[in-house]
Amino acid sequence: MAIHLTKESKVLVQGMTGGEGMKHTRRMLAAGTNVVGGVNPRKAGRSVDFDDRRVPVFGSVAEGMDATGADVTVVFVPPAFARAAVTEAADAGIGLAVVITEGIPVHDSVAFIAHARRKGTRVIGPNCPGLITPGQSNAGIIPADITKPGRIGLVSKSGTLTYQLMYELRDTGFSTCVGIGGDPVVGTTHIDCLAAFQDDPDTDLVVLIGEIGGDAEERAAAYIRDHVTKPVVGYIAGFTAPEGRTMGHAGAIVSGSSGTAQAKKEALEAAGVRVGDTPTQTAQQVLAVLNADG
Amino acid sequence: MDLYEHQARELFEEHGIVVPRAEVTDSPQRARGIARRLGGRVVVKAQVKTGGRGKAGGVRIAADPAAAELTARQILGMDIKGHTVGTVMLAQPVDTEEEFYVSYVLDRAAGRFLAIASAEGGMDIEEVAATRPEAVARVPVDPAEGVTPAQAARIAGAAGLPPQAVDVLVRLWEVLVREDALLVEVNPLVRTRDGRIMALDGKVTLDDNASFRQARWGAEHSTPHDPLEAAAAAKGLNYVKLDGEVGIIGNGAGLVMSTLDVVAGCGARPANFLDIGGGASAQVMADGLSVILSDPSVKSVFVNVFGGITACDAVADGIVRALDTVRLTKPLVVRLDGNNAARGRAVLDEYAHPLVEQVTTMDGAAGRAARLATTP
Repeated sequence: MAIHLTKESKVLVQGMTGGEGMKHTRRMLAAGTNVVGGVNPRKAGRSVDFDDRRVPVFGSVAEGMDATGADVTVVFVPPAFARAAVTEAADAGIGLAVVITEGIPVHDSVAFIAHARRKGTRVIGPNCPGLITPGQSNAGIIPADITKPGRIGLVSKSGTLTYQLMYELRDTGFSTCVGIGGDPVVGTTHIDCLAAFQDDPDTDLVVLIGEIGGDAEERAAAYIRDHVTKPVVGYIAGFTAPEGRTMGHAGAIVSGSSGTAQAKKEALEAAGVRVGDTPTQTAQQVLAVLNADG
Repeated sequence: MDLYEHQARELFEEHGIVVPRAEVTDSPQRARGIARRLGGRVVVKAQVKTGGRGKAGGVRIAADPAAAELTARQILGMDIKGHTVGTVMLAQPVDTEEEFYVSYVLDRAAGRFLAIASAEGGMDIEEVAATRPEAVARVPVDPAEGVTPAQAARIAGAAGLPPQAVDVLVRLWEVLVREDALLVEVNPLVRTRDGRIMALDGKVTLDDNASFRQARWGAEHSTPHDPLEAAAAAKGLNYVKLDGEVGIIGNGAGLVMSTLDVVAGCGARPANFLDIGGGASAQVMADGLSVILSDPSVKSVFVNVFGGITACDAVADGIVRALDTVRLTKPLVVRLDGNNAARGRAVLDEYAHPLVEQVTTMDGAAGRAARLATTP
């Protein structure tokens, strides 16, 4: 089962013929992803060979969907073209658009996320590593070979903290790991993923990784309290971040008393979530919960 | 990026919002001439990107051009919450009848912008919202429609603003969209004795991601004041200076933030945030090390890299090549984990630099770097 992505998913890559697109399409294919085509209006009709796989290039998402039945697109196009790319994908009626591109203007993200919502397209990202269902499919840039299939679900704002936890818990394994991205506005939230993991019969426990800025973690805590019966283990980064400075991710900023790591940790703990002090301790708490239940 | 008040004023004026006549200067002598042009009596306002100017004495009335020169001399160079006043804006005083508050802010959770308006302007809107929430109207803006005159009328009506404010709300939305702003705020928006609606003070935050299509405010304002941050910015590094003694290098914003926390949990203070991204090339590593080693408060350096897409042996090669060009003067603790961790560690073992030490776990390595920085 897993969430949002399985071995049945047929994946298009918008921006496949660019440098990052080529590199990561090769990696996605190696991880077992069924990449059915690339999209580039200037290279329509050609194809690209990745080791033993020949992947056709379509002129539009709609054309690619007609020809292949694709239901997922991974977007690698540069920031200036991302709005048009996602809008096109949503207009074509794709189910899931995973937007890897970093540095997209917030007004563009607001516009294409609202448009996609109206069209029934789920957006993951932007500025995210994508999502992986280990052993089945990988849509984005998450390294596939640092973990194995299992029954932990993971949702995170941060790419490298996701990788760290995937690696720490590699012997237990994951159902699906979703990097929702570190921008101020993202298409899929912690809550969306918590809801999906709660309903996923292949997930026993959810790891939730958050960081300073906004109130997504506080909202997630309220959602967990009211709707999630599976155990959740959390980790929050940014306790030492100074007020008013952006820490790498555009959304990672403490303004006044809002968005602090302490407030997020307290909200999660009040909802019954165990919150680790370090990534390693967080992994140990996951194992403790699984062993106690098992 | 936040704009100065005078830049916000300029934007408002360009978009047809009425603002007081004003000019900016960094010279007390020129302040005198400006005051003369503006009619003698002026408000002298410190231009700093922080709130609380009034309380700090950065906004004062000057009765005549001579007083304007004296006041400008007093305010220029003042320190307001760590910001040095480099320029002052001199503005014509306005006789106000009523003060309002209007802004458009990003509602992160809803993924759209929110109009916030109140008939009780002039003070801290968060305080008004906390004590009298019914006095503050919050109206979501549909991104597909924006703020039409009809929508602006709804916002004004909900907040109890006069009908003349509708036009300002529409124009302020234009500022937000055309300039790729994440925040536009007018506080106070006033009704003058002669019945005009005027923006007396404003705040605009621009989206750095949009700088590729909004070149106007350019690099002059984005150069950091801290010399280490300026050096890092010149090398294209994602670096934030902090007040501590453990230099930090890591890959990925979340992992670096986490590294700062874990070091702090071990009883030392992080000296900086530095995210070298996924590639961790020798050049980037060398640039990062040279900035951090030039920080006199740094006593030890912690390199915390997770090998994901870039495997650890490539990262270790990068460290070795960086150390060929950068002279290491402080102990360096390296933690490599992830893909090819064993091969990466072997590369550094073989290099056997006397100041380089490896610890295989993140928590253990943070503890070691903290001890090295805090032990005399």
